[in-house]
Formats: sequence, C-alpha cells, structure tokens
Amino acid sequence: MAEITFREALRQTLREALLGDERVILMGEDIGAYGGSYGVTRGLLEEFGPDRVRDTPISESVVVGAGIGAAMGGLRPVVELMTINFSFLAFDQIINNASKLHYMSGGQINVPLVVRMASGGGSQLSSQHSHSLEGWYAHVPGLKVVVPATPYDARGLLKTALRDENPVIFIEHTALYAMKGEVPGEEYYVPFGQANVNRQGRDVTIVGYSGSVHQSLRAAAMLAEEGLEAEVIDLRTLRPLDIDTVVESVKKTTRAVVVEDDWRTGGFAGEISSLIQERAFDYLDAPVARVCGADVPMPYNKQLETAALPSEEQIVQAVRGMM
Amino acid sequence: MTTPARNRAVKEQPDRGQLIDLLRQMMLIRRFEEKAAEMYARRKIGGFLHLYIGQEAVAVGAISTLGPSDYIVSHYREHGHALARGLEPGPLMAELFGRATGVSRGRGGSMHLFDAKRGFMGGYAIVGGHMPLAVGLALASSYLKNGRIVLNIFGDGAVNQGEFHESLNLASVWKLPVVFLCENNLYGMGTDVRRVSAEPEIHKRACGYNIPAERVDGMDLLAVREAARRAVEWARGGNGPYFLEAVTYRFRGHSMADPEFYRDKAEVERWKAQDPILRFRRYLEDEGLISQEEARSLEEGVEATINEAVRFADESPEPPPGALYEYVYKE
Repeated sequence: MAEITFREALRQTLREALLGDERVILMGEDIGAYGGSYGVTRGLLEEFGPDRVRDTPISESVVVGAGIGAAMGGLRPVVELMTINFSFLAFDQIINNASKLHYMSGGQINVPLVVRMASGGGSQLSSQHSHSLEGWYAHVPGLKVVVPATPYDARGLLKTALRDENPVIFIEHTALYAMKGEVPGEEYYVPFGQANVNRQGRDVTIVGYSGSVHQSLRAAAMLAEEGLEAEVIDLRTLRPLDIDTVVESVKKTTRAVVVEDDWRTGGFAGEISSLIQERAFDYLDAPVARVCGADVPMPYNKQLETAALPSEEQIVQAVRGMM
Repeated sequence: MTTPARNRAVKEQPDRGQLIDLLRQMMLIRRFEEKAAEMYARRKIGGFLHLYIGQEAVAVGAISTLGPSDYIVSHYREHGHALARGLEPGPLMAELFGRATGVSRGRGGSMHLFDAKRGFMGGYAIVGGHMPLAVGLALASSYLKNGRIVLNIFGDGAVNQGEFHESLNLASVWKLPVVFLCENNLYGMGTDVRRVSAEPEIHKRACGYNIPAERVDGMDLLAVREAARRAVEWARGGNGPYFLEAVTYRFRGHSMADPEFYRDKAEVERWKAQDPILRFRRYLEDEGLISQEEARSLEEGVEATINEAVRFADESPEPPPGALYEYVYKE
C-alpha cells in the first residue's frame, strides 16, 4: 500500500499502459512538452517519445475524431481533453461517431477509446471554465462514463477503462488531483457499474459522485453530531449506473438526497431521483431531495461562486428537511 | 515531384480486361442507383436516398487505384463508393431495405454502409464529420507501419466545415497517409459552392496546409484514375496527405425529396451530355477495345446482377424485434 495523489495514481496507470501495450498512445494539448496542464502526463514524453505521447494542435474535434479513427484502426488511444469545457468542440465526434459506430455498423467496428477530461468548478475560473457536464455524456447510449472520487478508484477505474472495447469518458474532478489516498501495489481493477458504499448509516442515503462524494462525507460528519447517521454512496460510474446499490440503501434508510455539482435543472441527479422513486416508492418517507449547482453561469466572484455550488450546509439542510 | 511507391497496387496502363471492368463497374453503379430510386418510390427504401448518378467516374477511377487493405471513409452519397470497393450489390440493397442481411445488419441504412473486411469504414451523415476519422485511421497505419492508406471522400459542402480544416492541418503536420478526395458537384444540397466559399476553387485551399493538390475532370474516368494514382503513390510513399478535387455533377437531386429549384434544367442537360459512362464507352469503342456486342453483354450482366440484388433483398428477413439493444456496446 502506498499513499499517493489522485494525479499520481492516474500517471502511474497511464505509464503502465504505455509500457504494457504498444497499441496505447496518448494524444492531447500540452500533454507532452508541457507535462499536462494538470500534470497527469508529466515525464511520459521523455520516457516514451513523440510517437506515443503526442502534443496536438488546439483542434478538439479532429483530436477526438483521430482518436476514434485510430481506435478503429487497431490502436488503443487515450485522448486528453484539457477540460470538459473544451469537449463541447468535440461533441459531434463523441456523440455522432464514437457512441454510434458499433451500433450503426451492425457490430463490425468498435471504438476502444478513452477520453479523459478534467471537470468541475470552484477555482474562480468563471463561466466558460467551470462546467460539470458529465451528466450530458451519461445520457448517451454507446458511451461509458466514469467518475472516480479517490486515488484508489482513479487507478482501478482507469485500468478498467483501458481494457474496455467501447468509448469511455473518464472524468477527473480538478479539485481531486492533489487528494491523497491509499493505493495497493498489487494488481486490481474497479469494475464499471459498481457503486461503493463509502459510509454506512441508517437514517438517510446520500448519493454523490466525483467531487460531491467528499462534500457528502463532510455533511455526514456534521449530521452525526446531530445524531443522524447518513449512508454515503459513491456511484463511481454514471453509465453503467449501479442503481441497485442505491435502491437497497434507500429501502433501509427510507430517505435519499442526491448531490452533484452540475446545474439542477435537467441534471443527472434528476435521473437518479426518478430511478429511486420508480424502484423504492413504497419505502420512501419523503420525496427524494437534490442538492445541485445553481442554475446560473458560474460567476467569477468568490462568494458568488461558492453560492453557485452545492455545500455541506445545503446537504445537511436537505436531510433535516426530510426528517 | 515523384516518389517511388512501395506497394504499387496499380499498373500505369490498364489492360483491356481492366478497362472493360472499369466500364462495367460504372454501369453497375448507374443501374444500382436507378433501381434504388425505383425501390424508394415503391417504399421499399425509407429515410433519405442520395443518388450518385453522374458521378460514377470519380468512385471507379479513384477506388481502382487502392490496394485491398487500404481504407475508405466516405459520406452519405456512398453507394457508388461501396460498389466500386467491391461490396456485393445484394447485401447493399438489403441494407437499403433495412434487412438483417444488410451490410450494416439493417442498423445503418443508406448513409451508414460498413464493410470492415474490405476497409470500407462508413458511411456518415454529418457533413465533414467523418474527416477526423480518416485522419485517425491514417494515424494508426502510420504508427503500425502497415502500409495502409486512407481515401477520404467528401463533397464541396464539407470544405467550409471546421472539421475539414482541422483534418487537413493535422494530417499534414503529422504527415499522415490520407488522400483527401473532394467530389465537387458544384452544390452543397441546394447551395452553389460559389455563393458560400471565399475560395471556390477548392483544391487551392490545400496550399494553406502545405498539401499538394490538383483538380481533375471528374467526368473523365481515366483522368480521375491517373490523378488518384499520383495521390495514392504520394501518400503511400510517406510524404503525407494529397488533395484531389474532382469536378463532377449529380444528374439527380440532392436526395429523392429535392425539387431542384436552385439549378436550371439547361445546366443539368449540359452536364448529362458529358455522361462519364457514355464518354468512356465511346472511348473504348473508338479505340477498338470493346465491341457493341460486348458492351451490350456487359449491360445485360449488370441488369441480371441488379435484379438478383433486389430479389435477395426482398427475400431477406427483418432484424428480429428483440434485437433493438444489440450492438449498443461491444461486450
């Protein structure tokens, strides 16, 4: 066991992938000479050379599209999009090509591509650099969407992503890169579609993913002081979604709160809430609550930004409101 | 500038047998498209149908210069490309009919034809959206050093799309083996290319990306073939991409639904007078390379093939209803 950062867990996993499989190549803006804008790919260009670690022009659409094409041609590419905010420029490639190629070719072609993206706000980067729109990708059949919240899961889920024969959108919350956590030395994988019960409790189920897992844990600690024991579930992947673990928990606690950074209206928390009420309606003692980002473009001002994102206080309030 | 090609798949002077086969291929495409139009009118084919009639010399001329392991990434006016590549007319017609025996198992339709074994990698409906895929396939070949080049076919409508520019730039910077073939049929759906293009001489754009380029008469089969041969040799020689603009014309509308308000009948008739099939047939007859009887026999053979394709499609089963979720993910 070692304690390493989320960033380092990713870096080591990518490095092992490059060492272990000649078909793996990395492509992205500033991943080589710059070392990656979040440092995830530092040192990899020096070790593996420019054929395998490729700095690209600022052309998100062709970078992702070329990743798709290279996957079609027998490689196992990993494309880094500097942030999810820039991924919108590659939307056509991800939605119209990557997600559909296996289906519309009648199964002849598949796209073993991993697209990594930094996501999330909270650093005063303002409205165009602060999105958390992984829920949009989770909406699309044909994609897989992975949202690790810990270094252990970052590595385990990335290893699974690298073996998947389908396009995987791999979301890394910017606030988590420096987070430290235990990562075993031995070989392990974290499968998709398996949520993790991070904290057990009997009074309420709090569901989060990526950044919101840690807020939910902090809120659970605050609730414990009031004698309320929250069960915190980390979804780990949005597509496939392990709703069974959530439902099992809600049947026990009878109350659920879903927490995510993304805008409230039309967000993925709505999907989770809907599934909970479909499957556990008779068990619920209160409507499913959602604690989400405010429906505003992210403001620059620090206090406004904080108000636009979910907080531990909001989670605690939501729980109190359903008791 | 010439470089010796390592895997020259094509003789510089096709022999009589090859020339006759090129004529046959063009005839096959023409009859397939005419039959597809008939089937569409009879509601055996749904959705959109984009006919290739008039452009046959481009598909046959260009694709005849490829090797068996090369890739093609095409757009939605692709039936001619598929046939020129050797996809069987029966499974092609079955795909248009949406049957389970279709090349894409009935999941794709006219705009999404795939045959991975023959390197025919689609079939795409977003104008210009397929060009990055061609760049990626070329990246794979270049990296794997497997000698496979990519023929990326698109229309004049694609040349103002951002992905066109991004694709040309990246292919050039990374010296990837892509032949960018623009089928300039003068109209992007109903819009004259000159109305919407700052540089309507499309091949000139390639110099902005340091890509060698030429324009060719798309109604002249042998001219297309010669130009494509140069392009393929260039790409296969590791020199990076090549850009070809083939000026051609579609005799029918953009799709079956097009009332053609945007172009006048006299223009259509002028282009029909340059019918690439009649032109090539006349050339072969004048050179004594084909007799009238042989030409008629080719026509009859093509007719029989097309009728058989329709019969095959007609008798093929639909995909089973329970198969709706099949192929969403590869297990």
